[in-house]
Amino acid sequence: MSTTTRTTGGAIGASLDRIDGPRKVTGTAPYAYEHRVDNPLYLFPLRSEIVRGQVTGIDASAAEALPGVVVVVTHENAPQLADTGDRELAILQSGEVAFRNQYVGAVLAETFEAARHAAGLVEVSYAEEPHEAELREDGDLYTPEQLNAGFPTDTEEGDVEEAFSSAAVTLDGRYTTPMEHNNPMEPHTTVAVWKAGDLTLYESTQGAHPVQRTVAKIFGIDRNRARVVAPYVGGGFGSKGLPHANTILAALAAQMVEGRPVKFAVTRQQMFTGVGYRTPTIQKIRLGADSEGRLTAVTHDVIEQTSKIKEFAEQTAAVTRSMYATDNRRTTHRLAALDVPVPSWMRAPGEAPGMFALESAMDEMAEKCGLDPIEFRIRNEPEIDAETGLPYSSRNLVACLREGAERFGWRDRTPAPRSHQEGRWLVGNGVASATYPVFRLPGSRATIRYEGDDKYAVEFGAADVGTGAWTALTQISADAIGVGVDNIELRIGDTAFPFASVAGGSSGITAWGSAIFEAARVFRERHGDNPSEGDEVQARTPNNPETENYAMHAFGAFFVEARVDVDTCEVRVPRMTGVFAAGKIINAKTARSQFMGGMTMGLSMALHEESLVDGRFGHVINQDFAEYHIPTNADIGEMDISWIDEDDPYVNPMGSKGIGEIGIVGSAAAVANAVYNATGIRVRDLPITPDKLIQ
Amino acid sequence: MRPYKYVRAQDVDGAVATLAEAPNAAFLAGGTNLVDLMKLEVMTPDMLVDVRRLTSDRVEGLDDGGLRIGAAVPNSVLAADHKIRSRYPALSQALLAGASGQLRNLATTGGNLLQHTRCVYWQDVTTPCNKREPGSGCSAIEGHNKNHAILGASEHCVATHPSDMAVAMAALDAFINVQGPEGERRIPIEELHRLPGDEPQRDTTLQHGELITSVDLPPVEFFSNSKYRKVRERASYAFALVSVAAALDIEDGIVGDVRIALGGVAHKPWRATKAEEALRGEPASEANFRAAADIELEDAQPLRDNAFKVPLARNVITRTLLDLSEEGR
Ligand SMILES: Cc1cc2nc3c(=O)[nH]c(=O)nc-3n(C[C@H](O)[C@H](O)[C@H](O)COP(=O)(O)OP(=O)(O)OC[C@H]3O[C@@H](n4cnc5c(N)ncnc54)[C@H](O)[C@@H]3O)c2cc1C
Repeated sequence: MSTTTRTTGGAIGASLDRIDGPRKVTGTAPYAYEHRVDNPLYLFPLRSEIVRGQVTGIDASAAEALPGVVVVVTHENAPQLADTGDRELAILQSGEVAFRNQYVGAVLAETFEAARHAAGLVEVSYAEEPHEAELREDGDLYTPEQLNAGFPTDTEEGDVEEAFSSAAVTLDGRYTTPMEHNNPMEPHTTVAVWKAGDLTLYESTQGAHPVQRTVAKIFGIDRNRARVVAPYVGGGFGSKGLPHANTILAALAAQMVEGRPVKFAVTRQQMFTGVGYRTPTIQKIRLGADSEGRLTAVTHDVIEQTSKIKEFAEQTAAVTRSMYATDNRRTTHRLAALDVPVPSWMRAPGEAPGMFALESAMDEMAEKCGLDPIEFRIRNEPEIDAETGLPYSSRNLVACLREGAERFGWRDRTPAPRSHQEGRWLVGNGVASATYPVFRLPGSRATIRYEGDDKYAVEFGAADVGTGAWTALTQISADAIGVGVDNIELRIGDTAFPFASVAGGSSGITAWGSAIFEAARVFRERHGDNPSEGDEVQARTPNNPETENYAMHAFGAFFVEARVDVDTCEVRVPRMTGVFAAGKIINAKTARSQFMGGMTMGLSMALHEESLVDGRFGHVINQDFAEYHIPTNADIGEMDISWIDEDDPYVNPMGSKGIGEIGIVGSAAAVANAVYNATGIRVRDLPITPDKLIQ
Repeated sequence: MRPYKYVRAQDVDGAVATLAEAPNAAFLAGGTNLVDLMKLEVMTPDMLVDVRRLTSDRVEGLDDGGLRIGAAVPNSVLAADHKIRSRYPALSQALLAGASGQLRNLATTGGNLLQHTRCVYWQDVTTPCNKREPGSGCSAIEGHNKNHAILGASEHCVATHPSDMAVAMAALDAFINVQGPEGERRIPIEELHRLPGDEPQRDTTLQHGELITSVDLPPVEFFSNSKYRKVRERASYAFALVSVAAALDIEDGIVGDVRIALGGVAHKPWRATKAEEALRGEPASEANFRAAADIELEDAQPLRDNAFKVPLARNVITRTLLDLSEEGR
């Protein structure tokens, strides 16, 4: 779609090495905490030891007497925020405590050690009120107005009850997923400094501009007086998509020591409160089918939690609205508002827990219908997107299932559960589908400037959270402008550059790449093929009129071999196949890593991750990596990852769909389905640990 | 974390004397357990006496044919020692099943034996815990207790001992050599760790200031037919749900002698003496192994979340003994 006549082309699709790779492996890429600042202070937070109530007294005398302690910040002395509408972020404005481990203060000291020591010496007293911090099916539930990303809360088509009563085969399943915590390698980090009313944040974030806008509003300053710098980010998985209270705490404390930078990196333990998490879900799915195995009715009813201080409603059943064809369908979401931290985005919010339930139920239903689970899915492949009534811009789920079956060797599977044993291992195979919508966030702009010597600068504020976006965007820039990748100097990760939307919803490449293409088009229009040094244009992500004509989603399929030890019920996954139909793949190397990361996280969701809340105390008690398990290298076997060539002219100029999240969507179900095939035991409550299998 | 003084003693006598005069001091070896706990303020010593270079860091032969392991021998070195691997394979396997490569390089034999019992509530200073604050109550008994004890616990504490190495040493009849303010002693490993009873704050029978200098393994021939099996939720880097160390001597299909110790089930490495007793002189059969395991587990008192450990322990004991009877034939 490039209009230039200088197209060299071919950068998109190349397996380019990461441009930021050498800087990262040599330790020269500065992450937020590592930016060199003069004369910093170190922050260690104080966190509430009750779940709900009021701070009634703070004795900081012992802490203040320690050498090196500069100030103990509490609600008694903290500066006022200009906007306290967001109660997650309006910290230290009163003594109110809304959840366990909420920030009630902070110590600033000359060293990290002094700050941490002093924090342990501050005595906070409380008036405690009764609390409810655990999700219960029989608790008080309410209906949110809408769900995350604007999805409707409930949907209904046809007459489900009537359809169930006449169905030849029915299934009634209850599935649960636990609370899970995003734990990027780099914990949330802020270095904040105020100078003459200007705020600078070195921030670990998925979106420099979204942070800038939020802090400007909260501190009541002009946007252009807040600068957010985030060139290198060590992962986010959604938790860094929106600023959380840790960022505000650092900036608020820094206001009290005008001119001195304040450094705050949350500890791994502190990652388990206050930077978001995936809500636990309780999901009921009913399926009805005719004697041919065609779905006649589908219902998906979800119960999940939010915080009393701010609503987050995960769109868990939204995926069921379009995944398979049926004439009768109902989806609902109900929330319990609890005295808990605010849930937020965690890789594929909605799709990840929702597809665990749906794809487990599909596996169960296939067996009930006497059909191979792949065949059962193919029979229920829809013609159009039921949610919007639009045709798909491209939908290649069936191709992924077929291609994956071939690569994996699905035909060798023994369909009867617990029918294949090798030594002490029960062996089973499972399959599940994947999907993820093509989100297109508005408002991003890109600047292209000719800097002479055949070099083009491309600038916008986007954050590369470790996905490889830096590299992929350089490739896109090269093809859009019509030069080689070596002629592109991509500058990102700073609000000094034009606005860029958040690296979330797998939308980055679509949003920013479209802006680059638009800017390149305008650049050639204005400056032609032989620009002068300094020629520059800025353009915005254009609207895509095709979104009115087509539903746009990526698809995929997972195949898993699970082995379960007969004696111990330890579950191991020696191999996993993932095939994706996600439009044009910009960079094969970094894309493969994204798919692999998603699948690894899906395996982690299936077998390991679970944040355990003790209702008496109100917080997660397995708050470190010895107790909260994620897979080790030894847990990951062969990862066979591929994609089919998909030519989708409607999604964006690159023809690409997002790939950051789809790897986790459905992969947990594929593991559960494989465990069922191995053992004959259907585990509907994640994670699948030996205690749930041993008999 | 509180500030503390760091001192390096000249020799064992000096280290012991320093601690004798400092009631709040602790020995520091690899620090992989102690320093973590200090960061959480679960342990708050005011002085650390570095003992890593004071005791032997070698594995040496004893006159009786046994082996002496210096307290400073790193876990990784001990696991790789060819005498250990051939004569006491369960010990090498247990070490390699523990922690991670980096931790094993730093962790010492003495420190591993004395790593503290684990419990998430103990590690969280904001929740009541009798081990941390005697009399404050046990949060685990009515809390999340999947990883907790099924044997030998008390109403005051249900924590488990996490060491893999110590379980193997318990099965292999190790002796612990200790030097303290009152001189030297030699303690059978059975008597080193203790059950919580009404003093859950005490993990071991050592007195303040007693330093482990070495560990002796006896010269028992059939210990070369020994094995360690650790059950864990992920393939590496996880504490045991249940583990078994066993050694088996079979002649003509009859159990001549046997050692069984369990990990992950109690406040100490659990020597399964009842199961051993039931097996001596009996045919080495799956049914007998299973019956012996049942006898040992008869006294199990599972909590809300850990009833699964009973069948799991039974299965792993049975399987490990079966493996040994096949290999030892
Ligand atoms: C993430 C993680 C995972 C782990 N996983 C496992 C696992 O799967 N299996 C397992 O068995 N272990 C595991 N461990 C624990 C590990 O084995 C211990 O931390 C280690 O063995 C302790 O040895 P150290 O030399 O570092 O002891 P230190 O931390 O130095 O000391 C531990 C204790 O022993 C005392 N001490 C040390 N040496 C002596 C001595 N000679 N005499 C008297 N007292 C002494 C210290 O005062 C302290 O109280 C894990 C640890 C971590 C951090």
